[in-house]
Amino acid sequence: MENYSIFAYLISGIFFILALRGLSSPETAKRGNFFGILGMIIAIVTTLLLPVIESYVFIALAILIGGTIGTSIALKIKMAALPQLIAAFHSLVGLAAVMVAGAAFHNPSAYGIGQTGNIPTASLIEMSLGSAIGAVTFSGSIIAFGKLQGIMSGNPITFKLQHFLNAVLGIILISVVVLFCLHQTQNFFWGLTILAFIIGFLIIIPIGAADMPVVVSMLNSYSGWAACGIGFTLSNNLLIVTGALVGSSGAILSYIMCKGMNRSFVSVILGGFGGDVEIRSDEKIEQKPVKSGDSNDAAFMMQNAESVIIIPGYGMAVAQAQHALKEMCDLLKKKGVNVRYAVHPVAGRMPGHMNVLLAEANVPYDEVFELDAINRDFPSTDVAFVVGANDITNPAAKTDPKSPIYGMPILEVENAKSVLFSKRSLGPGYAGVENELFFRDNTMMLFGDAKEMCENIINSLGK
Amino acid sequence: MEHLLQEITVFVLAIFVGYYVIWSVTPALHSPLMSVTNAISSVIIVGALIAVGPVLFGISKIMGFIAVVLAAVNIFGGFIVTQRMLQMFKKKKK
Repeated sequence: MENYSIFAYLISGIFFILALRGLSSPETAKRGNFFGILGMIIAIVTTLLLPVIESYVFIALAILIGGTIGTSIALKIKMAALPQLIAAFHSLVGLAAVMVAGAAFHNPSAYGIGQTGNIPTASLIEMSLGSAIGAVTFSGSIIAFGKLQGIMSGNPITFKLQHFLNAVLGIILISVVVLFCLHQTQNFFWGLTILAFIIGFLIIIPIGAADMPVVVSMLNSYSGWAACGIGFTLSNNLLIVTGALVGSSGAILSYIMCKGMNRSFVSVILGGFGGDVEIRSDEKIEQKPVKSGDSNDAAFMMQNAESVIIIPGYGMAVAQAQHALKEMCDLLKKKGVNVRYAVHPVAGRMPGHMNVLLAEANVPYDEVFELDAINRDFPSTDVAFVVGANDITNPAAKTDPKSPIYGMPILEVENAKSVLFSKRSLGPGYAGVENELFFRDNTMMLFGDAKEMCENIINSLGK
Repeated sequence: MEHLLQEITVFVLAIFVGYYVIWSVTPALHSPLMSVTNAISSVIIVGALIAVGPVLFGISKIMGFIAVVLAAVNIFGGFIVTQRMLQMFKKKKK
């Protein structure tokens, strides 16, 4: 029986690897998701057949409750709310890990890790890790959720001695883990869990909304390591493998996001960078001459162009402009204009955010290009249409070593023959840097809501 | 101890597998990647089921019950949201 379950868990692990492998292309991705579901079913059924499972009533009830909630949320959620949904889901994995570690502590014999009060030290350490990482994931994800949902301000919350406090709490946490291993009491278990919970809260509050792509990926990674910790506690290879896969996935995504901003992971974690977008009226900005136009100008320019590249940013997500944008592009295409989309890795609030929104608006994925693939095409492009993006197009990233965004890879829209910016105001982006492109001769600002602007352009094109 | 070393072997090898598999994921699908990894990391339901399984009622069973509910939300929610996202990715009609 035991051997058979180890084998079944292996199959399940292979299916999980295939699920991730499927995501290498949109064509194989759906099959990959199916493999993932299959792997999960095998894992659950195998566990239910273990002799330790004696009664099924509560299990059925729990799966029914959880399954109903999960299904209804997943079916109802709007694609615009995806980043916060993912943050919320991460928090659940974290809390589940805490609960499983707690259950193992209270009933170790069910898991074959000794008796109450006489659990081997190795298991206690693994249990502490599982619970602590789970608690950090839980509270950190709740804060990320609050910032993304707009319940909390997206501005970084910083105070004096913040990092010192975190370091002290970290040291106390380690001491409590040691005490827990020595004494095996319930108080120390909950003590370390609550401490980890507070640490998770404190490490996410100083991180601004614009850094959320990194945070969400990082929490994704943590949820994997928490599963790993539980896997070590229960000596279950499937949990270890899956946790490691998810953990490395989140870590790689965090790395890609950091690279997309040319910031070190440490500087993101230390926080204090970038907040909510604010409409600021800076006198210095207003003094400079800016060419602004309306939808008729934009329509005229684009329909007379041979090629147009659309650069979406978080502003498009906020204004929910993707559908209107797609309609506008379809009209342009009918007029023989070559329209493509360019996506920056950190545009939006989570990795791949723009791709999902464009896909939602039925933009074919082979019209959407990554930074490296499209940058060389800007010089031969007539119009670059930037919708709700700013920093990711700012040439200061290449030319001004003093700029906070220096070194960040950008979409080189400045090379296009003309640039249109659909933006609410002249305000600087999240990094707080002014974009010199706004003041160039070949730039035209289209002030107003991105969705309304696209709709107006559609009307003008129809004329 | 031997057990632990074996587990560490599995762990390290799995990280390597993860490393190579994740780098081959196309950046366009990074959002579905996050939701699907979220769903599969809920495989900790396996540990939770073992806590709910015994007939004996106790704190361990209650915690296990909560964990099964939470993991089930994630499993169903994660896979369904991933499926919804993936269905939107379409190729150009020729």
